Amino acid sequence: MSKQMELRLTGSGGQGLILGGIILAEAAIMDGKNAIQSQSYGPEARGGASKAEVIISNEEIDFPKVQTADLLLSLTQVACDKYVDLIGQEGLLLVDSSVTVPENTNAGEVIQIPILETASEVIGKPMVANIIAIGAINALLNIVSKESLEAAVLNRVPKGTEELNKSALAEGYKLGVRR
Amino acid sequence: MKKNNIKLMQGNEACVEGALAAGMRFYGGYPITPSTEIAEGSAQKLPKVGGKFIQMEDEIAGMAATIGAALTGVKAMTATSGPGFSLKQENIGYAAIAEIPCVIVNVQRHGPSTGLPTSPSQGDVMQAKWGTHGDHPVIAISPSSVKEAFDLTVRCFNLAEKYRTPVILLLDEIVGHMREGIAIPDPSELEIIDRKKPSKDDKNYLAYKVEEGEIVPAMAGFGDGHRYHVTGLVHDESGFPTNSNEIADVLCTRIMKKVEDHVDDIVAYEEFHMEDAEVVVLSYGGTARSAKSAVKKAREKGLKVGMFRPITIWPFPEKQVKEFAKNVKGIIVAELNYGQLVLEVERVVKGSADIFHIGKVDGEIITPNEILSKIEEVI
Amino acid sequence: MTNALVENYFRVDKLPHIWCPGCGHGILMRSIAKAIENLGLDKDKVCIVSGIGCSSRAPGYMDFNTLHTTHGRALAFATGVKMARPELEVIVITGDGDASAIGGNHLIHAARRNINITTIVFNNNIYGMTGGQYSPATPTGDLGTTAPYGNIDRPFDIPKLAAAAGATYVGRATAYHANLLTKLVENGIQNKGFSLIEGLSVCPTYYGRKNKKGTVVDIMKWQKETAVDTKVAAKLSPEQLEGKFLIGELKNEAEPEYTEEYQKIIDRFVKER
Repeated sequence: MSKQMELRLTGSGGQGLILGGIILAEAAIMDGKNAIQSQSYGPEARGGASKAEVIISNEEIDFPKVQTADLLLSLTQVACDKYVDLIGQEGLLLVDSSVTVPENTNAGEVIQIPILETASEVIGKPMVANIIAIGAINALLNIVSKESLEAAVLNRVPKGTEELNKSALAEGYKLGVRR
Repeated sequence: MKKNNIKLMQGNEACVEGALAAGMRFYGGYPITPSTEIAEGSAQKLPKVGGKFIQMEDEIAGMAATIGAALTGVKAMTATSGPGFSLKQENIGYAAIAEIPCVIVNVQRHGPSTGLPTSPSQGDVMQAKWGTHGDHPVIAISPSSVKEAFDLTVRCFNLAEKYRTPVILLLDEIVGHMREGIAIPDPSELEIIDRKKPSKDDKNYLAYKVEEGEIVPAMAGFGDGHRYHVTGLVHDESGFPTNSNEIADVLCTRIMKKVEDHVDDIVAYEEFHMEDAEVVVLSYGGTARSAKSAVKKAREKGLKVGMFRPITIWPFPEKQVKEFAKNVKGIIVAELNYGQLVLEVERVVKGSADIFHIGKVDGEIITPNEILSKIEEVI
Repeated sequence: MTNALVENYFRVDKLPHIWCPGCGHGILMRSIAKAIENLGLDKDKVCIVSGIGCSSRAPGYMDFNTLHTTHGRALAFATGVKMARPELEVIVITGDGDASAIGGNHLIHAARRNINITTIVFNNNIYGMTGGQYSPATPTGDLGTTAPYGNIDRPFDIPKLAAAAGATYVGRATAYHANLLTKLVENGIQNKGFSLIEGLSVCPTYYGRKNKKGTVVDIMKWQKETAVDTKVAAKLSPEQLEGKFLIGELKNEAEPEYTEEYQKIIDRFVKER
């Protein structure tokens, strides 16, 4: 991982992206790194475009908000259209297969993967899309150690859903393998 | 994966942990964004340590119940945000004149009125000082990180107990809702101050008499065997109301002086690259993080810039600011409002350095680049 | 001239009180002290809380843990005291404006919680301390300095309000029926829950004079003749009760008490430890 990694996870309120951000930040802390996680609140946290932000660094993190995202995850079209301009020139735009990528994005790389479909069809639970997403992100960017990410997932998901979420994470890693 | 004791936590959550570590055993409040996590955390954790949580019918009642509980001898806290802070003001004044130790957390949000309820602001800085009517002492402290939200909540309780006065933790939405890593210190590492109580058999106890060598009167808890009177009216040493102008002067001066005379004990601040600074960014709370980042970037460019961060907002670190102002060209005050603490800086500096202001009232936080541009403009 | 009750339960050095000659508040205050004496309560374990107004000066004269708070907020402060230290017997002395106007929200919520606090409302039908403005207990048509053409507001029946909000013990007496008030306060204190007793006072200076109610004796005679005890009222027809008001015990029910319910939550964790 480079010196500082700035991630923005976007989608619709209720998709669990804040929890996804918390898990990534917590995994980074388990790895001995610094991390800050923040989110947008308000009406948009219920239905509209929602965003969670994570900054991970080996150094002290002063400014707590993402400035130029190294990664923009968008699970919905609305969120992608709203936040796509805020991606860095070398940044990765990771979108769900259901999202049409805007034509003139300045993202360094664009990857489309079936996150939502995998959640509902392979795992059978649409609610695990966030865990699939962070698995895919970590596979693509190798931000935190695999064991910390799994520990952080298990630390934060509801009791009784551990196995389900472990499978989701594994599916995410599979989706994140570059083809 | 490394083994460590660092936890990922929100500023609001760290505030609850700090309060519990300081000995908080009562919380009375009313839900309001963006402070609700403090109420929720207190509701969850207080009964586990034998403490009490109550969600009152309104903000005013939350403040009142907090004072009532504090009078029985427990450490009590309430938390709120903008509109709620406005509603609590009358009873904050009551705690000031009746000298009731308690902690009020205000997680500042955009305003006035309902404003942008989920957006950050530092617009309550002057309200913290002047919000309630009449002259009264104020201690207000503003954390910049999750770790500080913990440490400074402990400090708020300590100062409240030591000086028998309400103490305000001026959080902002940035720090309140941000999650970062924090190592919660072991209780044995913390300095905890408890209010002085009169001895049980003191038959001549006067509730508002300052004994020789003490800063404030000893405070008996209701139910401890010292029956006394507490009022928001001007009162004599027994606590009983009086119309005497002489006693009014003694009381009102004493409550101001107990803070004024101990500024060195109360004031805390951070200096960053101040040693050779030609321009200083003065910033506090969540905004100070942007300031620090801007100063680092400026230093990378070889610019002689430093940061001064008041941790104690009230009393203002007057002596320190006056001192460094003599040696700098300019001071940039960066704060998330239309211009509040800058007025205090101007008052203190009295023209010995040029003063610039970066403020914002759009609900967004000030970025490092905005501060950096200002630095480059004025240096 | 003092007697044992005054010497034992009042701060004699703080007397005389500030109330006007003929004011009913002194009688009501004495009835409360008498109730405390009758119950043999430990003075160190009694806390009397008040708000702002004529009534709210009472605690200053009473030799207990006493707390004179801000206008309307007595019950909110008292709730903090009671929650933090449930072994204290918490009594609130408040006025009609203090309790039902500015403090109305705290009144209904303290009643709803059924927290073990006994509230005595000194109802003088007016804001006395500020000079005779109409209150939520001023009858429709009566005069106040802010109702110079007659009050168009409808008054609250404060005991009914408290009962409807969930108070478990409710009663009413008057300055004339001082012994009844003592008994009701005793019952209120012994009730495990929120109790409200209204004590109809006499305000000769503002309410009485403004509304031509006559001398203090006239007003107390009116109290004597117009009040009907609930037990008697049960046998009377609506026509016979026309123009009368009820005194005595108006409600007495058992419901879970708030601080005990909270203690159960704490105990759950003690068992876990």
